[in-house]
Amino acid sequence: MINALLWVPLAFGFVGLFLPKRAVGWWATAGATVTLVIGVIMAFGFDNGAAGLQDTVHTSWISGLGVDYSLGLDGLNLFLVLLTGLLWLGGIAFAAFREKDRPQLFFFLMLAAETGTLGSFLSQDLLLFVLFFDLMLVPFYFLFGAWGIDRTAEGGPTAPRATLKMMIYTLIGSLLMLVGAIATAIISAHGGHLTFSIEAIQQQGVPVGSQRWIFWFFAAAFLVKMPAFLVHGWMPDTYRAAPLSTLVVFSGVLAKVGAYGFLKIVLPLFPQATSQFQTVLLLLALGSILYGSVMAFTQTNLRLIAGYSSVAQLGFITIGIFTLRADGSDGAILQMVNHGLVVGAIFIIIAILVERSGTEDLRAMGGMAMRAPVFAALFLIVTMATLAMPGSANFIGEFYILNGLFQSKIVFAFIAISAVALAAYYALRLYIGTMHNRRPDGILSREISLRDGIVLAPLVLCILALALYPQLILHRADPSVQRSVAAATGGESAPSSPSSSEEELAVNK
Amino acid sequence: MSGAGFAAPHVDYAAVAPIIALTVGLVVILMSGVFETTKRWAPGLAVMTLAATAGLLLWHWNDQIDLIAGALRVDNLAISISLIAIASAFTTILLSIRERAAEEAGQGEYYALLIGSVLGMVLLSEAENLVTFFVAIETLSIPLYILCATNLRREGSLESGLKYLIVGSLGSATLLYGMAFIYGGTGSTDFAGIAHGIQANGMLHDPLILIGIALAAVGLAFKTSIAPFHQWTPDVYQGAPTPITNFMAVATKAAAFAVFVRFFIVALGPETGDWQLGLAILAAISIVVGNVGALGQDSLKRLLGYSGVAQAGYMLGGIVVASEKGLSALVFYLAAYLFMNLAAFAVVVARERETPYGDDIRGVRGLMAERPALAWPLTISMLALAGLPATAGFIGKLYLIEALVEGSYTWLAVFIAVGTMISLAYYLRVVAAMWMTPGESAPGLAATGVGGPGTAPVISGASPEADPVDPEAGRRWYLLAPAVIAAGATIFLGVIPQPLVDFATHAGSSLF
Repeated sequence: MINALLWVPLAFGFVGLFLPKRAVGWWATAGATVTLVIGVIMAFGFDNGAAGLQDTVHTSWISGLGVDYSLGLDGLNLFLVLLTGLLWLGGIAFAAFREKDRPQLFFFLMLAAETGTLGSFLSQDLLLFVLFFDLMLVPFYFLFGAWGIDRTAEGGPTAPRATLKMMIYTLIGSLLMLVGAIATAIISAHGGHLTFSIEAIQQQGVPVGSQRWIFWFFAAAFLVKMPAFLVHGWMPDTYRAAPLSTLVVFSGVLAKVGAYGFLKIVLPLFPQATSQFQTVLLLLALGSILYGSVMAFTQTNLRLIAGYSSVAQLGFITIGIFTLRADGSDGAILQMVNHGLVVGAIFIIIAILVERSGTEDLRAMGGMAMRAPVFAALFLIVTMATLAMPGSANFIGEFYILNGLFQSKIVFAFIAISAVALAAYYALRLYIGTMHNRRPDGILSREISLRDGIVLAPLVLCILALALYPQLILHRADPSVQRSVAAATGGESAPSSPSSSEEELAVNK
Repeated sequence: MSGAGFAAPHVDYAAVAPIIALTVGLVVILMSGVFETTKRWAPGLAVMTLAATAGLLLWHWNDQIDLIAGALRVDNLAISISLIAIASAFTTILLSIRERAAEEAGQGEYYALLIGSVLGMVLLSEAENLVTFFVAIETLSIPLYILCATNLRREGSLESGLKYLIVGSLGSATLLYGMAFIYGGTGSTDFAGIAHGIQANGMLHDPLILIGIALAAVGLAFKTSIAPFHQWTPDVYQGAPTPITNFMAVATKAAAFAVFVRFFIVALGPETGDWQLGLAILAAISIVVGNVGALGQDSLKRLLGYSGVAQAGYMLGGIVVASEKGLSALVFYLAAYLFMNLAAFAVVVARERETPYGDDIRGVRGLMAERPALAWPLTISMLALAGLPATAGFIGKLYLIEALVEGSYTWLAVFIAVGTMISLAYYLRVVAAMWMTPGESAPGLAATGVGGPGTAPVISGASPEADPVDPEAGRRWYLLAPAVIAAGATIFLGVIPQPLVDFATHAGSSLF
């Protein structure tokens, strides 16, 4: 089952290479649907209370090098897998409705990227994780470069140049991570049997001295991927070059792999280094929040507003993880899913807006809501979720994160809390700037088409569903999160309190 | 049994059989070139020779035989490296079909020289004595000097041959000088005897031996194109006929690495700690110089030349750690390198014949739209050389890095990672040209006068005489098949590397 989940997208993509142009979009949509359905079926079979791995597959891959093909599902990756399935379906379906140059290749690459991303979430072998982590980037290089937008007219780079920058940035991190992963396995084996199994390495333990430098090799990979403050240099050019339908998944899912990596690998394997560098990471994350927010409300390009808001949101998620408390990390997981849904929806909305208005400049837009009440309503829901309006799942996620932060590093919490206000500003600015105000000439205010509605509505429904019942994620994630966090704090983690936080939440409300 | 007079050393003819096969094949091919009717059999004969040799080599798989009074040694390392060289020669024959160089040089001579060079490689991979070592390296090199210059009508080819001859001779002389010192210091030409002599005196205490080893290492670095002794590589690679470049890039490197390993691990094995750091520094320099040099190269063959310098640096890492795993990693990487390079060179050959741009990067612009069957192999090759996952290149790097970290050379592993990162800039430039740039348009061609009979466009980076000879070259089986199969193998070995890992492990275990 888990094998099917991983390889179905690639198989569909490969077959799609040989289909006629008109059919391939639907074929790819079918492939993404099948993947999502498999994911949902697996989620139903998921045992909520268990902390360990479920649905595992384990075979030796390269025996001489100690690398295994080992997959599994746990509370950390379950919902990220579902998010992947959902957003890919959205992105592919959205693209399937539109004319494309060389569609066979486009959809092949999209589906290959899905396999790569699912692989990095599902891998339970350190090296397999690194492999998929690198692999998922390769299709995006081609997607952005070959179907991207040339910005030379605006003084920006060409699409191939922008993507090259992205590749170099992200691979600096992941190549160092490759060295780090190999070093982790060899050092922890102490001359014995070499294995890359994450669980086995955790049991063997990595000496503290080695942890310190390996930690940064991994952190480099994950922080660049997010992107975090100081290593976000590739983000603006890439976001401006990329086709919008690919940004739905790129921004929605790939950024989360970085955050997921911290929870899955860094906390359990390098616990001492994690607590030692906790403050540094928290500072970086705060930087992300402040910088991302400020940029998001000064930029005028819609893509960059969404891109920088992601930087800020990912900063928030990082803070949740590095509270090194279970409630903070629970919140981080919830927030990863929330943000994925929200930003995926936002990029679809931006794509629609850009089609209507022919510009990406916020200043040249406005008045779109006049004749499009349904579209405006959908957008409003997404906006409210982005700014973490009480009642939305994002509010609960942020609440958990801040709650964890208050209890571990109260000083940081006071700064982080300002981020909530900043988010409100940039989210509303985006909404008001596009939907309200006077409508400039040449901008079409038309109701969302049925086709796009079909793509957007499920995402909005998921946002609403999570707002009503965030426990869906929290309960399933908590046992696994406890384990990761307990490892990092040497088992002395304060008992996590989803239930008690819930009561506080009720009081707050 | 009379007990009197000279007793000839015992010769195990079964183990020498591959060498005999190559020699016989060489003579037959040379003779075939004499007659007009038999001339066209030369490629076929060469393929048969190679097949017979490969078969005879495989027959001795897992044997460990010392031959001719310890002058040669047949073991898995020798056999695996020889097989890589033979496979590379085989693909070179395919790429040489309808190559102008082969026709101009006379079919018989061209293929006889190629087989002669393979003979040198097989000998070199088995050499266990300074004398056979030197004879083999000259047997390998001299045919190559000529082969580089076989494209008689191209100035670049002649220049390449001459340059290779001069630089190669310098390398050989350095090597020979070093060997003399080593012999002087240890009193032996035999690798085992040298090891014995070094163990007795210590490598660092005897300046004679130290100078000898340094000079020999420099000579070997010339042959494997390791920086800072690599300057000939890009020029020679660019000027030589492309099939020959393909051959030099893989086979020469493999054979030279084989003797590199044997010399350092067998002869200098007792003093491992003394030379490790020196080689590690060479490897690091090579990685940096090769990768930086390749940036901005417009000629694909130059680019692959510089990339070869960098890759040699990675591979040298396998020797630095002087461990079984390091050696296996080296053999794995060489085998993977064979496929990665072949996929690239086959496409370059096809585009050289199809377009007026020679090996200039302009020749592959828009290739994805024009000829996907060529674009895919080149894309896969570039991604594999850059070490991206799901290709043999990734597993090769993983193998090397694992060996380096185990051997406490993590800093060199970091160099490999950083070098790989730089390399993306130029490998992906080729990919971008194929996928993300429109093809050179027809008006552009008309403007430079192509299409008119007998005109030769002058293009920087490409030789002026490189006019298209076969507009359908990209559809010919003998170019398409090597490209597609090599690319397929690159992916296959990236997904299911176990067979090649086993092969490499066997090869690696033969010295430890």
